[in-house]
Amino acid sequence: MKLKILGFGIAKEIFGGPFVELELGKNSDVASLRARLEERFPKLKELSSYLIALNNEFALPGDIINAPDEIALIPPVSGG
Amino acid sequence: MTDIRIIDKPLNIPSCIEWVMSPQSGGIDVFIGTVRSLTREKKVIRLEFEAYENMAVSEMKKIADDVLQKWPVHKILIHHRIGILQVGEVPVVIAVSAAHRAAAFDACRYTIDTLKQTVPIWKKEIFEDGEAWVAAHP
Repeated sequence: MKLKILGFGIAKEIFGGPFVELELGKNSDVASLRARLEERFPKLKELSSYLIALNNEFALPGDIINAPDEIALIPPVSGG
Repeated sequence: MTDIRIIDKPLNIPSCIEWVMSPQSGGIDVFIGTVRSLTREKKVIRLEFEAYENMAVSEMKKIADDVLQKWPVHKILIHHRIGILQVGEVPVVIAVSAAHRAAAFDACRYTIDTLKQTVPIWKKEIFEDGEAWVAAHP
């Protein structure tokens, strides 16, 4: 399935734009998405941490991704 | 009652405070975040705030709902600004009203502390000689 991942803050700079697209097997989980992203963007591994959000909710590594999900990479937040 | 917003213009502090006032409330606690001129001895020129807006609003609503569960609070307002801010400008206003001050103080502190941990908003510090996303790297 083809996925679109939104990037914010430093992730936008690492992606080189506001989102990236990639192919991932059906029923893939968040952990495999992270591995694929880190393979393509090794700089993600230099961040303090980052999370994946699915449909505006923080996701766990074992959560399954569905093609229509809104996916976002959330680098360490620093609001306030 | 809650009033949660991401705003791309200067925040109106008096109207935030006015919104939480009510005849039942005996105390209002307000947190105002401001852009500081120095970070680790380096002079800050300006800050740039970016939000994942839908999720930021939904995470702020979760905080406000938690507050209403945990404390006898009447009203809570969270306004966060995005865009370019100069030193002295206000990125965030939190206002809480309650019958008694203890609940207002505790709820206000919980709100800003939690916001800083969970709400998808990011700030970039622009210095004279470079720039950095706050907290991005260890």
